[in-house]
Amino acid sequence: MPADLSQALADILAPSMLLLVLAGAVAGMALGAAPGLSATVGLALLLPITFTMDPTTGLVLMGAFYMGAIYGGAFTAILVNAPGTPSSIATSFDGFPMTQQGRSEAAIIGVTVASVVGGLIGVVGLATLAPLLAEVVLAFGPQEYFWLGIFGLTMIASLADSMVKGLAAGALGLLISTIGISPVGGEVRFTFGMTDMQGGVPLIVALIGLFTVPTIADMVLDPEARSAAMAKEAERRERGGVLRDTLRTVLSRPVNLVRSSVIGTLVGILPGAGGNVANLIAYNEAKRTSPRRRNFGKGEIEGVVAPEAANNAVVGGGLIPLLTLGIPGAPPDAIIYGVLLLHGLRPGNELFSEQGVLTFTFILALAVAAILMGPVGLVAGRGLQRAVVRTPTHYLAAGIAVLTIVGAYAVRNNPLDVVLMILLGLAGFGLRKVGLPPPAIVLGVVLGPIIETGLGQGLLAATDQANPWMSFFTRPISIGIIVLVVIGLLWPVYTRSKDRRSQDGARPRSGSEVAP
Amino acid sequence: MTARRVSTRLALLTGVAVGLAGCATQSDTGDAAAEQYPEQQIEYVIPFDPGGESDVTARLQQQALEETLGQDIVVTNRPAGGGTVAWSDLATGTTPDGYTIMGANLPHILLQPLAQDAGYKTEDIKWAYIFESTPNALLVSKDSPYDTLEEFVAAAKDKKMAVGGSSSFSANHMGTLALDQEAGVDLTYVPFDGTADASPALLGGQIDALMSYNTEALALQEEGAKVLAVASEERLSELPDAPTFKEAGYDIVDGAWRGVAVPPDTPQEIVDKVADAFEQVNQDPQVRRRMEKLGFHLEDMGPEESAEFTEQRLADARELLERFDMLEQ
Repeated sequence: MPADLSQALADILAPSMLLLVLAGAVAGMALGAAPGLSATVGLALLLPITFTMDPTTGLVLMGAFYMGAIYGGAFTAILVNAPGTPSSIATSFDGFPMTQQGRSEAAIIGVTVASVVGGLIGVVGLATLAPLLAEVVLAFGPQEYFWLGIFGLTMIASLADSMVKGLAAGALGLLISTIGISPVGGEVRFTFGMTDMQGGVPLIVALIGLFTVPTIADMVLDPEARSAAMAKEAERRERGGVLRDTLRTVLSRPVNLVRSSVIGTLVGILPGAGGNVANLIAYNEAKRTSPRRRNFGKGEIEGVVAPEAANNAVVGGGLIPLLTLGIPGAPPDAIIYGVLLLHGLRPGNELFSEQGVLTFTFILALAVAAILMGPVGLVAGRGLQRAVVRTPTHYLAAGIAVLTIVGAYAVRNNPLDVVLMILLGLAGFGLRKVGLPPPAIVLGVVLGPIIETGLGQGLLAATDQANPWMSFFTRPISIGIIVLVVIGLLWPVYTRSKDRRSQDGARPRSGSEVAP
Repeated sequence: MTARRVSTRLALLTGVAVGLAGCATQSDTGDAAAEQYPEQQIEYVIPFDPGGESDVTARLQQQALEETLGQDIVVTNRPAGGGTVAWSDLATGTTPDGYTIMGANLPHILLQPLAQDAGYKTEDIKWAYIFESTPNALLVSKDSPYDTLEEFVAAAKDKKMAVGGSSSFSANHMGTLALDQEAGVDLTYVPFDGTADASPALLGGQIDALMSYNTEALALQEEGAKVLAVASEERLSELPDAPTFKEAGYDIVDGAWRGVAVPPDTPQEIVDKVADAFEQVNQDPQVRRRMEKLGFHLEDMGPEESAEFTEQRLADARELLERFDMLEQ
């Protein structure tokens, strides 16, 4: 094995290979940045090209592309509130407010650092702990996925100012996720007799509709707001020092970086959950534990660092079950699985023993891609950011509108998805006006299928028990997640009272004053 | 590629409009077009996600198909609703000119119209060729107390057992129902999102057994899983130690068959040309070697044979679903 590793190291450091990794990462970034064109769609487009290459070259290109695409998704999330991939949903929560405040450059620098660190931690997990971590996959049954989904739902408390409106939005998202053929049982639901609706509403379509369409509408209705942000951004650049200050801020809080990366790696390992779940959980944990939690949602840089560290860690994590057991850990891994199969490579021990050089070259390529994202992001990424910031609003709005249509169509090559995207966009615009937060709706769409599938499968799999429902409360890992759910529900109550107390202490007490 | 597809669609729409306007001359031009087919790139639509077995097969065939037909083949994925959306589009909304061909699977196209309003009927799917199959296989994990099908069935008569598989109304689902019927047991079928999603549940002990395909059985065997039986007529060369259900006295031959279909009104000449091309692809030594390595069984059924086979399987499927009261109300 050490011989394989050193051979792989020599292979990956060859100039042609490095160039390939660079090209893959840059192409991935460009595609990931386009709203709707997710890493999965990009890898599918790459498939025919890699098929003509030898297995090593093809896998290296795909790995670098995948890593870059996940990072690229952050750009549009920050700049135009259009998460480029479902792995960057939470990045927009604080990234877009930063842009509105004229701080998009700092946000881009923050996610670049986060993506490099997250990507590397995920790859280290893959390279060193793969067989051990693969056991986690097997310990996770339907009941655990159910509770993981419920745990995710507790996030609504931190996404909405009003609990009632947050819950209403989350429930709406859950309802949207039930459209189509049910995952357990195969019933057709809420399609109104339209065959095209049997596939349901894809997450990406909901995401573009609910996030990006309202943003385009805002640009059209109030172009002045953006001009003010552009002016501030220019002023900040004049002053200089953004790069140094941002790097210092982000690197001085390593706990957030590492915690988010570990969350990403672990969630990536679970076949039932990928980057779309990991980035949300990492955001929520960052917010929960940060002393600056009140700034979250209003342009806090920790809020963009957490999801981006997590989603790039998913890349390495998701490959663990794929390479060891042949089970894709996240949707893009399914395509990499396809490449392995096309070349007649079966995942498992054989991949690490007989095909050791190939496997290690692939893993190293991911690490190299993660490192290269740093300089590329700081140069080309900031260049893109500057270009977008300088683009006049009327061009930018039209440009994004075109990209959203292409993106919605590309998900399943179905024109209906464009219609759905526009309808959800109009709904999102209206719902935002009445105070239903779009992120909570998207949360429901992400978690609905995980919860429903876990519940249905769990009840069926526990068929030998007198009461199958009890299986949800007796399994050790389930109990552990239930504890997390309870903490998740009580935490906001605790922090709220703590915040109130610290405020009271800071101020002279006057009996009649009520905390805001 | 997407932009090209949009423009192709527009062109197709225009084509349909022109075609309707000039119905009188259509048969003449149709013949000429059929004679010269193929004159342009062909879109090979796979109604499933990229990376799955149907997709991998199409991409394995792509190069050989291009050589045979002398035109570019573009593989496009249109996943949604387990295939229903793409197949109903093929049955009702695709120009029958042979430039859009689509992967189709048995038993999916039998079970979907039987169990739900799928937007198409089984008869609407016009086969050009059926080129491969993957038989069902029943597996238990290495820690399972059962080493043979007989032991498993005996145990299932006494206690409730959960058998996982890939999705509802699938070959795995039908295989489980067939075992219920043949062996007189009452297994609880647990549907997972896909073949790969069900496997960790078996290895992790979440379910008692797994009804999967021979291809996945090959992979799971390496993880120590035990193959109790395969649902083929004879033992499989890649799993020589696994007995067939027939050996145990259960008449179960089931699995998935994959092929390529065209819109219902496609001229016979074009159908034959597509069928010939896929027949040749199945002879390509590189394609054969790669498919066999992955455990795919090559099949060679032309348009008529495929239609007959489908009709026969449809009757069996209807009977089975009727017995379990699962037909669409």
